[in-house]
Amino acid sequence: MAKLYSKNALATSKLLPKKETISFLLKYSKALNIVKMGGINFEFIAN
Amino acid sequence: MATTQLLDALLVKNYIAGDENALVILINRHQSKIYGFIYSKINNRDLAEDIFQDTFMKVIKTLKSNCYNEEGKFLPWVMRISHNLIMDHYRKNQKMPMLRETDEFSIFSVLQETSPNVEKRIISELIEQDLQKIIKELPDDQREVLVMRIYQDYSFNEIAEITGVSINTALGRMRYALLNLRKVIEKNQIILTD
Repeated sequence: MAKLYSKNALATSKLLPKKETISFLLKYSKALNIVKMGGINFEFIAN
Repeated sequence: MATTQLLDALLVKNYIAGDENALVILINRHQSKIYGFIYSKINNRDLAEDIFQDTFMKVIKTLKSNCYNEEGKFLPWVMRISHNLIMDHYRKNQKMPMLRETDEFSIFSVLQETSPNVEKRIISELIEQDLQKIIKELPDDQREVLVMRIYQDYSFNEIAEITGVSINTALGRMRYALLNLRKVIEKNQIILTD
């Protein structure tokens, strides 16, 4: 039986963002602290 | 589908309560759809990466500041944020269109530096110095009128008043000052243009 060479080529790989971007977002989330004071949001980024 | 939505809502709730792991799950679950959506509109990996990052930074900020109120609709909400950021990107680019250098088009044909370069500045300084020297050679009365008119911006009426002569005398002195300057310049072959 003839091999199907087209299968892999047609399969679309999922588009994903870089691992660094995800890592940055998770670190950003951990570092960010928002405090609401008198109707104003104050953002604090921990080092 | 409903289960996923329910889970999203629960994860959002947990994240707001301080569970950072909930965000990891949410991002892992939806990153492909969101990134794919952005990339389909932008068609540029780096730009799509930037907009994806900005989208989630906005998501994180909104959730952390307790401003999120669309329970059960997490993904459409994130998609809307990314859509707005894509629109912002296109709006910004319309205001500042990108120009690329080609064989027919040089970027320097539209970019002009209006401030004088070093060479031009040195030349005008030298011209100014030469002119000062020539002016010093003029008779006192002519030099006085010329300096007051050109450098101190007095009117001929004011010059006449200050120097105690008639306006016609002031005008005459100015005329002779310019004629004498021209003579000296021609005689010494001084070039006073850049």
